[in-house]
Amino acid sequence: MKSEITSILATDCGSTTTKAILIEKKEGEYRLIVRGEAPTTVEAPVEDVTHGVLNAVREVEELAGRPLLENGQIIKPQLSEKGVDLYLSTSSAGGGLQMLVAGVVLEISAESAARAALGAGAIVMDVIAANDGRVPYQKIERIRSLRPDMILLSGGMDGGTVSHVVEAAQLISAADPKPRLGAGYELPVIYAGNKDARENVKQILENKTALQITENLRPTDKTENLTPARQSIQSLFLEHVMAHAPGYRTLMEWTDAPIMPTPAAVGIMMQKIAEQHKMNVLGADIGGATTDVFSVFHGIYHRTVSANLGMSYSISNVFKEAGFEKILQWVPFDLNEKELRNKIKNKMIRPTTIPQLLEELMIEQAVCREALRLSFEQHKLLAVGLKGVQQERNISDAFAQTESGETLIKMMNLDMLIGSGGVLSHAPRRSQAALMMLDAYLPEGITYLTVDSIFMMPQLGVLSQVHPEAATQVFEKDCLIWLGTCIAPVGEMKDKKLLAKIRLQFPDGKSEEMVLNFGELKAIPLGGKETAKVFLQPAAGIDCGKGKGASFETEVKGGAVGLILDGRGRPFNLPKSRSDRMNKLKEWNSALNVYP
Amino acid sequence: MFIHEKMGNSYTPGLKVARRMVIRRERRLPLKGEVLVSSGAKVQSDTAVARTHLPGSVELVNVANPLGVDPKAVRKYLLKKEGDKISQGELIAKNPGLFGLFKSEFFSPISGFVETVSDATGKLTLRKEPVPLEIKAYISGMVEKVIPEQGVVIKTYGAYIQGIFGIGGETWGGIKSAVSAPDKVLDEGNLNESFSGMIVFGGSLVTLKALQKAVRVGVKGIIVGGIEDQDLREFLGYDLGAAVTGSENKGITLVLTEGFGAISMAEKSFQLLKESEGRLGSIHGATQIRAGVIRPEVIIPYSEEGIPENEVENQSKGFDLREGNLVRIIRDPYFGSIAKIVSLPLEPQRIQTEAKVRVAEVMLLDGTRWVLPRANIERIEE
Repeated sequence: MKSEITSILATDCGSTTTKAILIEKKEGEYRLIVRGEAPTTVEAPVEDVTHGVLNAVREVEELAGRPLLENGQIIKPQLSEKGVDLYLSTSSAGGGLQMLVAGVVLEISAESAARAALGAGAIVMDVIAANDGRVPYQKIERIRSLRPDMILLSGGMDGGTVSHVVEAAQLISAADPKPRLGAGYELPVIYAGNKDARENVKQILENKTALQITENLRPTDKTENLTPARQSIQSLFLEHVMAHAPGYRTLMEWTDAPIMPTPAAVGIMMQKIAEQHKMNVLGADIGGATTDVFSVFHGIYHRTVSANLGMSYSISNVFKEAGFEKILQWVPFDLNEKELRNKIKNKMIRPTTIPQLLEELMIEQAVCREALRLSFEQHKLLAVGLKGVQQERNISDAFAQTESGETLIKMMNLDMLIGSGGVLSHAPRRSQAALMMLDAYLPEGITYLTVDSIFMMPQLGVLSQVHPEAATQVFEKDCLIWLGTCIAPVGEMKDKKLLAKIRLQFPDGKSEEMVLNFGELKAIPLGGKETAKVFLQPAAGIDCGKGKGASFETEVKGGAVGLILDGRGRPFNLPKSRSDRMNKLKEWNSALNVYP
Repeated sequence: MFIHEKMGNSYTPGLKVARRMVIRRERRLPLKGEVLVSSGAKVQSDTAVARTHLPGSVELVNVANPLGVDPKAVRKYLLKKEGDKISQGELIAKNPGLFGLFKSEFFSPISGFVETVSDATGKLTLRKEPVPLEIKAYISGMVEKVIPEQGVVIKTYGAYIQGIFGIGGETWGGIKSAVSAPDKVLDEGNLNESFSGMIVFGGSLVTLKALQKAVRVGVKGIIVGGIEDQDLREFLGYDLGAAVTGSENKGITLVLTEGFGAISMAEKSFQLLKESEGRLGSIHGATQIRAGVIRPEVIIPYSEEGIPENEVENQSKGFDLREGNLVRIIRDPYFGSIAKIVSLPLEPQRIQTEAKVRVAEVMLLDGTRWVLPRANIERIEE
């Protein structure tokens, strides 16, 4: 690697598309120059990921107008106008990293193990535990039929009972599972449980699997130690899984840093944003097949993946999970169930088609709201405090009745929402992305809304591990798009009653006073680089962020949509009658100038 | 070789419909076993080509507890060792107790053999007898290649129609039409006992009542343009979430050639089926749209026409759209219509949604012209 990096090429090999970006240092600053994409080529008939990579890079080459490839290879380092200094890649091709997780108690070790696997960028296919309600032979059948890329086994506190976790190892041994990719290698199994059971587990699994032993991920009931298990997952992902995926051995030779699972790279970026701005952050990446949700609250990072919630391959599953009524509630025109069902199934079987008619766009955006909402519900269930912990309680806890295992996601504490994925990043109007996120997440108090412009967080995540300066500069200048700030008072009132009085002081010194009534949604123009001072005076019983009825002053940032005042109430309820609901949807859409 | 595409360009694989082509299907066992046919042999759809034994299911039984002994000492009380055969109800462990008092016994819950004994947990892994599994040729043709201990590759020559979506597994039978034209609805009135054992093809739509009647009279498969999703749900008894099908056990295999709703079957597919009436065809409904796309298919061998020696299987790999190409519109508006490409503007254009996308100007059969996103058309292979 050159000491001074002036150009960087990074690819993300997704399950359908391989995306390449070219970053160059111009006038002392790293900026995104161009991006290119091509279909991923992991599957038949090509079965070699490097073809898709080269095709995507060739497009970058054409758009940038300078040579990057020679003899089917990336030119490195850059010499005059040829080649790049650094090449990196992430991958989720072939369905990403698919893992099976096993533990002893579902709510304790198995849940911690699932968190470790998800945080490392995996899709958790199933969680096996002694108390999961299945009898041993059912578990064995399940393990055998799943064909995961890897298994993570945990259980037992250090120094505690050995027999339960050994039993889990026996189940795995009895199932004799085979890896998903190719029969020519042993299935990687990571043991991260009670250290006293290591020898027993070794005896049972060493000859049948590629066993790796690491530190207990739940050494005591009060502590979780996920980092060693996550590191093992990522190293085995490269050594075993990636090395057997078609073409990856070559790709690994090309890259200047290890290939990272796509969601792990996105997770790194989310954590960096939270750290840098000292904020609580919630992010979602909604794809065709899956939706990833990331959160960093008070420095604690969680990631979940809803493997069957997405906008094309999985669109029918969103319909199934949410139900007809839930989807329809967001559609501002009449539509019958028969018609909607056929439209959704046709999108599923022809996933690359795009809405041409405005009504079809509205339907897809309605489905998106429900996919985001459902994946967020799943995230909240896993982003919790440790269960099985005896908490010491004080007087206020006793009143609040907090329990162990309570979700860490409190919307009033959320500072920033980050949306990513085609339906959000490529929505024809930015206000569409903003309203989809508002409706799905229902932020409370004051929240910044942003989207990833062209979904380059994976590439920037892996880059941040090698060249943090370049990653940060590109992220701030070219990746993150500020939609604006949302102010959403919490509380309920009768329609059109005064919710809050608001005084705004703009950067040019002008000020404006306004009222926000219950049921209203407003957008106040405030540009991307502008900030304004806001003085909020909520009505009695209404909380804008500092407690019921408490007035305060704060500064807000603008964006492509501006300052959004969401007076629709929290909890949020749509009108029950169909015509009232449609009128409200139309009113809100027009307030934010959402559709032509 | 893969064709390089520009961003947002027209990667439109299209569904394969071929009047004649060489078709190869690999028939592989899930585990190693025995191949039953030799290279060059002629096979029929129902010829068994390979067989194996799947390992029996496993039971994990705690022996230490009922015997009241320490897990570490459990081996001492076993009457069987690892690898020994056992029968259901057979005494496999015994604790004589003290002077014949407090004695306890353990009987095997299954027939099979003892796989492992754990000193850490006092549990035995018992495995049931292996289950025999045989795979059939699926299509009639010739064994082109034997993969030792694993399976064979069958080669045939004939008509091929790729479907867009289906349910149900592999089946075969005589091809028979139930409607007169590709835009006709296949209803229960179109079916009777004479369709038993047949692969029936219809036009634009199959109704729920027709599907139910087809199962009653013993139709093996239906090939049709579309189905109402509400009817499919009713027929399956559940709502289909992910598009992974093929293992439905509803007594029939369904192959949709166009999609959901009433959509006329493509003329070429309908004509191909029409001219193949009375021949034996093989179909499967397995569909998987994510990673490693699997689409349902219809294969009608014309083996008597001889298999061309050197012809490679004509696989669909996607190709550029060109002016003059015939395309099928695969999304509203005009979903299902056939059109001809008039022009392919280079610059992206704004469509009704305000999205800026690459478009194609097409002419419908009635002469009207429309501008559509390239993502919403697929080329019809000619």
